[in-house]
Amino acid sequence: MEKIILFAPLLGALIGGFGWRIIGEKNAQYLTTGLLMLAAFLSWIVFLTFDGTTQHIELFRWIESGELSTSWGIRLDRLTAIMFIVINTVSALVHLYSFGYMAHDENFSDDEPYRARFFAYLSFFTFSMLMLVTSDNLVQMFFGWEGVGVASYLLIGFYFKKPSAGAASMKAFIVNRVGDFGFALGIFGLFYLTGSIDMDVVFAKAPELANTQLHFLWTDWNAANLLAFLLFVGAMGKSAQLFLHTWLPDAMEGPTPVSALIHAATMVTAGVFLVARMSPLFEYAPQAQTFIVYIGASTAFFAATVGLVQNDIKRVIAYSTCSQLGYMFVAVGVGAYGPAMFHLLTHAFFKAMLFLGAGSVIHAMHHEQDMRNYGGLRKKIPATYWAMMIGTLAITGVGIPFTHFGFAGFFSKDAIIESAYASGISYAFWMLVVAALFTSFYSWRLIFLTFYGKPRGDKHTHDHAHESPKVMLIPLGVLAFGAVFAGMIWYGSFFGDHNKHNEFFGIPTHHAEADGAHGDDHSGDAADDHGVDTHASEEVTAEDHGVDLVVGEAPQGAIYIAADNTILDDAHHVPAWVILSPFIAMVLGFITAWVFYIKKPDLPRKLSEDQQPLYQFLLNKWYFDELYTAIFVKPSLALGRFLWQRGDVKTIDGAINGLALGIVPFFTRLAGRLQSGFIFTYAFAMVLGIVVLITWMSIGGGAH
Amino acid sequence: MTSVDFSIVLPEFLLAVYALAALLFAVYTGKDKTAGLISWLTAAVFVVLAILIGSRSTGAQSAFNGMFVDDAFARFAKVGILLAGAAVLAMSQDYLKKHDMLKFELPIIVALSTIGMMVMVSAGDLMALYMGLELMSLALYVLASFRRDSTRSSEAGLKYFVLGSLSSGLLLYGASLTYGFAGTTNFAGILSVVKDGAPLGVLFGLVFMITGMAFKVSAVPFHMWTPDVYEGAPTPVTAFFATAPKLAAMALFARVLHDAFGGISSDWSQVVALIAVASMFLGAIAGIGQKDIKRLMAYSSISHMGFALIGVASGTVGGVQAALIYMAIYIVMNIGTFAFIMTMERDGQPVTEIKALNSYWKVSPTKSLAVLFLMFSMAGVPPMVGFFGKLAVLQAAVEANMTWLATAGVVASVIGAFYYLRVVYYMFFGSDVEPLDDTKGGVANIAVLVVGLIMLVGIINLFGVDTLALTAAEALVR
Amino acid sequence: MTVADYAFYLFAILLVASGLFTVVARNPVHSVLWLILTFLSASGLFVLLGAEFVAMLLIIVYVGAVMVLFLFVVMMLDVDFAQLRGGMAKFMPFALLIGIVVLMQLSIAFGDWTAADGSQALRAAVTPDLTEVHNTAALGQLMYDDFLLLFQLAGLILLTAMIGAIVLTLRHNPNVKRQNVMAQMHRDPAKAMELKDVKSGQGL
Repeated sequence: MEKIILFAPLLGALIGGFGWRIIGEKNAQYLTTGLLMLAAFLSWIVFLTFDGTTQHIELFRWIESGELSTSWGIRLDRLTAIMFIVINTVSALVHLYSFGYMAHDENFSDDEPYRARFFAYLSFFTFSMLMLVTSDNLVQMFFGWEGVGVASYLLIGFYFKKPSAGAASMKAFIVNRVGDFGFALGIFGLFYLTGSIDMDVVFAKAPELANTQLHFLWTDWNAANLLAFLLFVGAMGKSAQLFLHTWLPDAMEGPTPVSALIHAATMVTAGVFLVARMSPLFEYAPQAQTFIVYIGASTAFFAATVGLVQNDIKRVIAYSTCSQLGYMFVAVGVGAYGPAMFHLLTHAFFKAMLFLGAGSVIHAMHHEQDMRNYGGLRKKIPATYWAMMIGTLAITGVGIPFTHFGFAGFFSKDAIIESAYASGISYAFWMLVVAALFTSFYSWRLIFLTFYGKPRGDKHTHDHAHESPKVMLIPLGVLAFGAVFAGMIWYGSFFGDHNKHNEFFGIPTHHAEADGAHGDDHSGDAADDHGVDTHASEEVTAEDHGVDLVVGEAPQGAIYIAADNTILDDAHHVPAWVILSPFIAMVLGFITAWVFYIKKPDLPRKLSEDQQPLYQFLLNKWYFDELYTAIFVKPSLALGRFLWQRGDVKTIDGAINGLALGIVPFFTRLAGRLQSGFIFTYAFAMVLGIVVLITWMSIGGGAH
Repeated sequence: MTSVDFSIVLPEFLLAVYALAALLFAVYTGKDKTAGLISWLTAAVFVVLAILIGSRSTGAQSAFNGMFVDDAFARFAKVGILLAGAAVLAMSQDYLKKHDMLKFELPIIVALSTIGMMVMVSAGDLMALYMGLELMSLALYVLASFRRDSTRSSEAGLKYFVLGSLSSGLLLYGASLTYGFAGTTNFAGILSVVKDGAPLGVLFGLVFMITGMAFKVSAVPFHMWTPDVYEGAPTPVTAFFATAPKLAAMALFARVLHDAFGGISSDWSQVVALIAVASMFLGAIAGIGQKDIKRLMAYSSISHMGFALIGVASGTVGGVQAALIYMAIYIVMNIGTFAFIMTMERDGQPVTEIKALNSYWKVSPTKSLAVLFLMFSMAGVPPMVGFFGKLAVLQAAVEANMTWLATAGVVASVIGAFYYLRVVYYMFFGSDVEPLDDTKGGVANIAVLVVGLIMLVGIINLFGVDTLALTAAEALVR
Repeated sequence: MTVADYAFYLFAILLVASGLFTVVARNPVHSVLWLILTFLSASGLFVLLGAEFVAMLLIIVYVGAVMVLFLFVVMMLDVDFAQLRGGMAKFMPFALLIGIVVLMQLSIAFGDWTAADGSQALRAAVTPDLTEVHNTAALGQLMYDDFLLLFQLAGLILLTAMIGAIVLTLRHNPNVKRQNVMAQMHRDPAKAMELKDVKSGQGL
């Protein structure tokens, strides 16, 4: 079944991409979508029937090169299962949605076939993403990692006739290259130190790594910290964390379904997934974890501030995504992998829905994306309005505190904020709370600007605004369902109840075997043990949470919680005001937005004029792009130009040309002249040759 | 002289008997009318013998008091020689018929020269070596001037003959010096007395013998005959010159150096390396100025021989293996290229100007593509097969601590790539001239396409040639 | 010194000198004549060695047949060698220089010439014991027994040369009328001739 899930999208991509001329463009669309639906359906079966035990499914032997020996396999555990449903569900819905959204496109003339290509790219992306999450070793993961990068590049630049789309796709690719370099270095380092790239072997050696020093660049580092840091650099690139985030807003140049699939729900969360997947390593890298927390919190805050003032509807959501990813990184940074994955799941639902809803709005407004030209669309496109509304309620975290009742974001985001508080890093906690306030503000701002007030902008466009077709609304409905209920259903498993949590992720509760009895007990009957153990240990102490690892044994379960990591318990016991704080922030944000955009619509303008420097600072995204242009892009261009003009053209070309056009032809002519056609010349050459050889021999050979 | 001896030389014996029988048959029946039949028959006999030899799996055997050696090395070379000869005969038929050169003597002379080559590669004695060499050469002299009505062809034959005699004289002089020292002409005997450190006289003898063999592989500076003979001889004959005799001579080269002078490899490897470098560079540089594709192929041959000699110069098992792989690839590439040259014609007349290829892809896209593969392969552009040949010899040189030789090889191959790519350039981008005819059908056309395909498909495992070459090399270098 | 020694030096000096004159003689006919003298000297040396069969063979085959043929060819072709040499003249100084270099190299080589330790034994090992076998018989034994392969290959070489000569020179001229003996012999007068009774005043 897992194999079908993995390869159905590939099949769709291949047939749809290469065979659409044979089977027809329409059929290619049906085929890819159908296969994705199948994959999504099977994913849910896998997710719901999964028992928490890690399974290894070998597909075929892959690399056999010296020490390096690895096979192409599926690692099926809870993380994989979660990613399965996230990827395949969203992907299937986006496929379906694209039927409507991509039906007509002004970027392509009528006789240009583009739809099959689009669907094939989508399916290819899905396959790469699945490859990433199912990988059983780091190289396979890197393979998927690069695969999604390529697919992202292709899809961002899908409107290749637009220069801005081309530039955006290049930017995404190049910025990701920086991250990938770190990731690749991390893989090399792990292979160098552990001699393997198989996850289990690497995990088993993680405690050893924590006690290893590694010389890198100018000094010695703790190996675990260094490698974890390098891997995280890769995650930063893919997940658009601060300093490597600049590509994500520009990636909105791609078609909106792409934004929903890749730049909201799946690819950008690969970084979070990576850290969660490598949790056995990160648990031994406290400094790297702290670094992650700071980066994540800063990103969450930074992106939220920028989101406050953006006018492009998609960019608002893009910065929102960036900000939410910061939340997830804070969670993985403090060791709360469950909440991180929880937020990843819920975020996939509501963010994909927000994007698809925005796409629906854009579709209705004839590809107008500036919110200042919207207004009063509530009546025109009611279904979209309600979907967006649910999405906003979910992202802002609406729910009733101290109860298990609320939208998806309420549970997952609050869980992260509580974990952040419990970790003791107050910077992270406060940043996240403020970010929650901002999130609430810009989300409601989006709703108010788009759906309330008077119609602004082109009157003609507003008159012709129409509700999207059914194929676009159905996905919205499905996602809305997830956005409402996902939190309530899985709260316990991901965060709320830590026995459930352990069982869910297949983490062995270990007190029975704490004396060091390992081996078969772990793998064979681990699943059975859980059932018994979880009931027996209602009140386990903090020390018993983790597995006391003996070196050489890979930890069980999808994620690994070190023995001294008590973040989940601590998070459950935070003061009431902490639990209340995100709620208050949310309410504050809502009220401010209401005042700004409903009550006194001229207030924002006044404020922006009063606070011109701050406004410009935010509008220009903290001047990151300008900074990078000045620091990296321009010097690179200058260096490139220098090497090209001076290095290539003058030196190398000059030398090569001199050789090719001067010396070589000279010898060619000489050789031609020697080839006189007279026998005695030839014979003479032979005799001359002999003399040279004899002399050579008597000097070199006969000397001894 | 026992039946065992004859069973060892059976393939050569059978070929000789066939040649005599075919000669008698043709003379007493239809003369030139039987030429087509005899050509095909000869090709078939070659193939059968190749299979016969290839299926032998006995270890090294020697016959006639060690004069004739049959080992894996000889078998590898013989199979290559026979198949190359068969391929050239098969693909030349249409050309010969069209241009009225189809004489029954041609396949018979080819068969006789092939016997000579087979004796060469199996030689275990200086005398046997010389007999084989002369049998081959004499037949080739005749073939070069086969189109006796053409002054160019006659001139080519005469030049080849005179210079060939000179080289034979040098070889004999070297052989006599060696005999004078060793007291025997037997390779094993020479090997036993010329071990560590031979007097300068023997080394001179070795140099003179190297000279004679270098002439046959057309290595610089004994290459001067090559362009003239390639250009003057009829194209099918040139195709034959470029393939089988080159392999035979190269195999002989390796055989003499290792079987008779294996003990002083440090002495000869420097000499051979010098010849190799000179050949690579001269072939690459002088080829640039050529306007005639057959002359171009002559320089190409010279350059390729230089590369193969790198392998020989390494003096190791890997080196000999690399040289054999290189030669096998070289032969296949040349068969394809000459098959293509045979199909080049305008208004029914053969054309050998390179410029005539301008915009050839419009005439025949598939053949152009095949030639593109061929030329890329010749130039050693990865991932074509030719690249792996070059890679093998360069690796062998590096492993034998002759990095300078490998470096020179890389530089030479870069320079040499120019003229191959120029052919491709003319075919695909050249200005429009009066186009060549679009010849279709015939063995030659098929051969072009098949070889073009081999250049691409062969990269999978080189058709196992590398392992066979390894076995051969291990049989030679002990 | 015995008579045999004097004879040896006589023939040896003659051999080398006539060989030199073969090369340097301006008139090609003279060259051939010098070559004949070379062969005669060589056969004299063979006689001194006791190989009278080879000596006679040399005189009969080379001097008697081959050289006479050479002489005919040279005289019939009438090639002006002086003209051919003209092109070489300008290389002469350089060629002489190279010649001297080669000579020096070779003299160095022969200066410390040694034969390998076992070379004399190896040299002798090939031939049958001449005290027991007559040298002609020994020659036959070597040629037709030990060196059979080489002998046969030599035959093939000669065959190739013959085929080559015929291919390159023989021309079938279709206009030449040849005598066909068989056709003549089988000619039937009855069929060859038909008598017609032609009546006067009428055509056929």
